[in-house]
Amino acid sequence: MTVELHVSEGWLTVCELSDLTPGRGVAVLLPDGGQAAVFIDRSGRTYAIDNRDPFTGAAVLSRGLVGCAEGRPFVASPLLKQRFDLVSGRCLDDEAEAVRTYPVRTAVTSAAVA
Amino acid sequence: MAAATPTPTPAIVLIGHGMVGQRYLEALAERGATATHRITVLCEEPRPAYDRVHLTSYFSGSTPEDLSLTPAGFMERHGIELHLGDPAESVDRDARTVTSRSGRVFPYDVLVLATGSYPFVPPVPGKDAPGCFVYRTIEDLLAIEEYAKTLPQTSSGGTPSGAVVGGGLLGLEAAGALKGLGLATRVVEFAPRLMPVQVDDGGGAALLRTIESMGLTVHTGVGTQEVLTGADGSVSGMRLSDGSTVDTDLVVFSAGVRPRDHLARASGLTVGERGGIGVDSRCRTSDPRVYAIGECALAADGRVYGLVGPGYEMAETAAEDLLGRDKEFTGADLSTKLKLLGVDVASFGDAHGAAPGSLDVIYSDSRSGVYKKLVVSPDGVLLGGVLVGDAESYGLLRPLTGSVPPVSPDQLVLPAGLGAPVALGPSALPDSAVICSCHNVTKKAITACSTLPEVKQCTKAGTGCGSCVKMIGQLLPAAADKGLCGCFPFTRAELYEIVRTRRLTSYEQLLDGHGREAARGGDGCEVCKPTVGSIIASLAPTLGASGYVLDGEQAALQDTNDHFLANLQRNGSYSVVPRIPGGEITPDKLIVIGEVARDFGLYTKITGGQRIDLFGASVDQLPRIWARLVEAGFESGHAYGKALRTVKSCVGQTWCRYGVQDSVRMAIDLELRYRGLRAPHKLKSAVSGCARECAEAQSKDFGVIATANGWNLYVGGNGGATPRHADLLAQDLSDAELVRLIDRFLMFYIRTADRLERTSTWLDRLEGGLDHLRDVVVHDSLGLCAELESLMADHVAHYRDEWAETLQDPERLRRFVSFVNAPGAPDPTVKFVPERDQVKPDLTILDIRPLEAVGGTR
Ligand code: SRM
Ligand SMILES: Cc1cc2nc3c(=O)[nH]c(=O)nc-3n(C[C@H](O)[C@H](O)[C@H](O)COP(=O)(O)OP(=O)(O)OC[C@H]3O[C@@H](n4cnc5c(N)ncnc54)[C@H](O)[C@@H]3O)c2cc1C
Ligand code: SF4
Ligand code: FES
Repeated sequence: MTVELHVSEGWLTVCELSDLTPGRGVAVLLPDGGQAAVFIDRSGRTYAIDNRDPFTGAAVLSRGLVGCAEGRPFVASPLLKQRFDLVSGRCLDDEAEAVRTYPVRTAVTSAAVA
Repeated sequence: MAAATPTPTPAIVLIGHGMVGQRYLEALAERGATATHRITVLCEEPRPAYDRVHLTSYFSGSTPEDLSLTPAGFMERHGIELHLGDPAESVDRDARTVTSRSGRVFPYDVLVLATGSYPFVPPVPGKDAPGCFVYRTIEDLLAIEEYAKTLPQTSSGGTPSGAVVGGGLLGLEAAGALKGLGLATRVVEFAPRLMPVQVDDGGGAALLRTIESMGLTVHTGVGTQEVLTGADGSVSGMRLSDGSTVDTDLVVFSAGVRPRDHLARASGLTVGERGGIGVDSRCRTSDPRVYAIGECALAADGRVYGLVGPGYEMAETAAEDLLGRDKEFTGADLSTKLKLLGVDVASFGDAHGAAPGSLDVIYSDSRSGVYKKLVVSPDGVLLGGVLVGDAESYGLLRPLTGSVPPVSPDQLVLPAGLGAPVALGPSALPDSAVICSCHNVTKKAITACSTLPEVKQCTKAGTGCGSCVKMIGQLLPAAADKGLCGCFPFTRAELYEIVRTRRLTSYEQLLDGHGREAARGGDGCEVCKPTVGSIIASLAPTLGASGYVLDGEQAALQDTNDHFLANLQRNGSYSVVPRIPGGEITPDKLIVIGEVARDFGLYTKITGGQRIDLFGASVDQLPRIWARLVEAGFESGHAYGKALRTVKSCVGQTWCRYGVQDSVRMAIDLELRYRGLRAPHKLKSAVSGCARECAEAQSKDFGVIATANGWNLYVGGNGGATPRHADLLAQDLSDAELVRLIDRFLMFYIRTADRLERTSTWLDRLEGGLDHLRDVVVHDSLGLCAELESLMADHVAHYRDEWAETLQDPERLRRFVSFVNAPGAPDPTVKFVPERDQVKPDLTILDIRPLEAVGGTR
């Protein structure tokens, strides 16, 4: 099983599903030089948002901790701890901020050779 | 006071200033009666009333002053005349006077006898030989301690030995004390089991196994026939009823107590056939002007109560009656809960199933020494029970006695997890249930208050033996939601207890089993995950969990700093802090740090913690940097963890002309001992070589200052935003004493502090403050110290350097990449610009420019 991210160029294979640790994220370098953060929660659902923390400008969201509030998954920035909804990208602690989200899927199709 | 006060002021004479006597004085004071009466107290002992129940804690460090029950200034404030060391010798009821040993005569209008009991010594030959003792007063303990000190090693080189006659409640306490004095100790009990009054055969067997496993020798079913003496006339052994003899250097008789009713008897008051001053339900003797309360009284129900709770109730009754108010004492239950030699033992109600037709429900696990029995009536009413080894449920079961419990009895004895009800809490209790048996306080009276201090003040509940305090807490309205976060309704300290007692090693298990309903099955949050991660890490060696903070699920719990074993900086790079214990470092090691910094282009700075920080490493560089450092003998400095940071030192005796101890060595020892210890917040320490205090130890969580005789230990200091000077916890400690005390202090803090609560705020919040802390860690008032020390011993024994372990494992190293899809590619947003011959983060990155053609992109 691989994890794929939808970017302007189409579906981008990112890593093996087994590379992800439930409750944590990884950073992905995108073809345009940008960065995404891909997370997996304990039930195996995957999410992808922009890796850049809009509050500090540092590309660190993938290193935050995943949690859930009222049933909705979020990541808390490791720098100043603002939380971002993993589905909508909205910042839960500051309505004015949001990060972009990416469609993400797991697929058996592409190179399943470990 | 409506009652017309006759002139002149009526005189009360109280004979005996023990626990119940003092309670009587307080009851009078609370009711304003000290202002309307002249009160004289005759006290036989050389000191005012003290806490006999906790007598044994003297051997674990409590001083006689700690045990005092008489608040400073109490007597003066209430105009009470107290005559120490001057017992009453006779009572003349016609003249209404009491004559004391010193020959003084005290007239009374009301006489109160609170003379307690004396220990019964069986009339065996040799019982008065030097080396024979009883166990009732502080003076008894001082004498035992004194005598034990004079005992030489035996001719065979073994330790001196002691024997306790009587394996009841007090006998076992005395045995624990003798063992604590370093004597090889045996207990001789006439009945076929230990604690025959409180527990049944099954409970006695569980108790026996546990006590024998502590190294005590127990003889049951044998009596003591003679105390044998040596050439010098002092104790040398005992002959037992089975004909055998045993060697012993000291004998403590603890074969029961007898009411001290001699004065009453001599003055013609009615006395019970088997002793005890007869009283009615208002605690009046056969002479209406004379009351008898406490252990000397034979209550209206025909019993003599050897427990303090019923005695207190008698004191209240007599005080109410004096003021013409209605209150009766018609009996009490004999429930007891104790921690004997570290074993929980409780019995309550009809523990022996004496009621006709009663049935038993028993759970017994001899591996863990747990035995629980409930006695129920055929129609399901809980009548009583015995708990040995695990008396956790005592607080709940005792008040349920006399009612049909809301769940079946088998669920009440099963250990948690094996079908024990989750929902059965104190809310299930009826309003009339007695929660505090020491002060006879009901659930209704407690729920009328809203905080624990209020309960203690208004009802006195919880101020006796303390066993009800937990239950009281559960009955009080949760002031605000004290839960750690949206996921858990518990505080950090409560979670610690849950993890420890249930031996949980998984966050998900904890969340799903103990989280708030809505949070179960979910992903937790950024508050509770690192907190639980830290708790599991603190307890890892004891739980048998992996101590490596990045193993399995643990990895997902850690804040990013712990996750990468480095400190995240504002631009996404990391800093590296190798441990430099005590701040002492060789030139070679300094050179290695310099070379590493130069080779990886890191910014270096000497920190405020007497070590060196290397800034500006990318995630990918961390393993390579650490490979060099570990190779040179460095370890993680845990600058990233809520863990021990540094133990700073001053140069001390080795070089400094003023130094009186080797502060550098001590700082290194302490830093190495506590390195890696996960805690609610970071821990800092320092050691100064003399009172000039160059290491600033008094601003540390635990600070040590050398004295001519050893070390002074200060705790609860803090720099930072709200500085606090540390408090002196103990003085002139030897190396070993110092370490032992710090072990206990740290583990107690780790156990009870809130998340992100430094020792300073914790100490300020701790109920009872420094005195309480001292009681717990110096005097072992909670009986916790052995456990705290063993937790620390586990930590020390299992410490391993996190970086060295990480480097050995390719799996673990795989996380140290900037991009999962481009391992090896550095993060292009982490950039630096020059600054004063080194580098600093380039922070003009607030707009990310699209970057092209970065190596490794697909
Ligand atoms: C590096 C250092 C400053 C320096 O360049 O000297 C430093 C750096 C930081 N300190 Fe500190 N403190 C440093 C010594 C101190 C000291 C001095 C000492 O330890 O003797 C204090 C006052 C003593 C004390 O803690 O009581 C100190 C009181 C704080 C506080 C306030 C704590 C408090 O209880 O009020 C914080 C904030 C916090 O922990 O919540 C803090 C937090 C921080 C953080 C972790 C802030 C953060 O969250 O990023 C900084 C991280 C630096 C990094 O990434 O490596 N630092 N910090 C020092 C590292 C010492 C070491 O070798 O480990
Ligand atoms: C080691 C130990 C452990 C115990 N543990 C527990 C426990 O866990 N739970 C519990 O409920 N109970 C326990 N008890 C029992 C408890 O201490 C007593 O029930 C309680 O002290 C009784 O109080 P009292 O005032 O009636 O008697 P005491 O406290 O004995 O006080 C009587 C006082 O009167 C004095 N006195 C006697 N005659 C005269 C006189 N003629 N003139 C002047 N003074 C006189 C005595 O010297 C004594 O100071 C324990 C007792 C001991 C010794
Ligand atoms: S004062 Fe200390 S914690 Fe604050 S920014 Fe400066 S170094 Fe960091
Ligand atoms: S039961 Fe002893 S203090 Fe409440």
